[in-house]
Amino acid sequence: MSQSEARLSVPVSSDDHAVGLENAPLTVVEYGDYECPYCGQAFAIIQALQKAFGDSLRFVFRNLPFADMHPHAQQAAEMAQAVGVQGKFWEMHDLLYENQRELGAKALLDYSAQAGANVQEVVAAIKSGEPRTRVERDLESAIRSGANGTPTFFINGERYDGSWAYEPFSDYLSTILN
Amino acid sequence: MILSPGTAAPDFTLPESPGKMVTLSEISSPVVLIFYPADWSPVCGDELSIFQAAGQLFAAHGAQLLGISVDGVWCHSAFRADRKLSFPLLADFNPKGNTAKSYGIYRDDDGISERALFVLDRAHNITWSYLSPMPVNPGADGALRALEATS
Repeated sequence: MSQSEARLSVPVSSDDHAVGLENAPLTVVEYGDYECPYCGQAFAIIQALQKAFGDSLRFVFRNLPFADMHPHAQQAAEMAQAVGVQGKFWEMHDLLYENQRELGAKALLDYSAQAGANVQEVVAAIKSGEPRTRVERDLESAIRSGANGTPTFFINGERYDGSWAYEPFSDYLSTILN
Repeated sequence: MILSPGTAAPDFTLPESPGKMVTLSEISSPVVLIFYPADWSPVCGDELSIFQAAGQLFAAHGAQLLGISVDGVWCHSAFRADRKLSFPLLADFNPKGNTAKSYGIYRDDDGISERALFVLDRAHNITWSYLSPMPVNPGADGALRALEATS
């Protein structure tokens, strides 16, 4: 049950937040929520996988905030997006997952400064509504791709229904590589 | 056998909360029925949450989402509050599983409903149905596509 019929409805493009080589044999797309504790666990696992697979793995993050259940998720996602415009998306992404328990409005501004962004520009970007539109677009692509919770992973375009604990996830990626 | 497209959706009246009943035939919009095995089980929680997250996309087609399991209303109301769900969860509790049976998705052996989705058009004909493997959360993409094809 590792593979499913569900496929990524919006292919990975230069518009995405991606780490790794474009022609890497493995592309893992995560749909995640910054306030979701499972995504917090997955954050450490993804880092370990990136280390283990090196240039063979490209990682892409897209937003799937469960805004009704997680009161800060939408705002955190928009902030990461706004900081991303200044080229510091991954710094912010990591800070958010390292500080999942504190995602209030003031904390989010602190993290954007720590990430190296110009906070005034971040605030202006949020006001423009652009980050919100982007997060909504991610969410729609998640739903249309058959994302079924957070985190949902797509490996080379196919939804991965197996366990994302390190060993089974890593074993599955190795199988695809070989 | 799960009811297939082209079939008229069997009507039902089920409690949504203590004292409040929902009757399918009184709803005048397209409907998405989300049958699931039980409140609180991890897969079900995510399944309903993804429909909640997709709420706007379904609302754009005027569709009413209804979750249905054999759990009772008190269990439903606690679960619904915990998961911050804005659509109703109906209790197919007494006679147990009657509605699931009428849609062909009751599991006699363990007394719960299958994980199954139905899209009903405005006239409440089934336009799409899907039986998911028990441990796999189906996601909302199939129901959304079916609804878009319907309306």
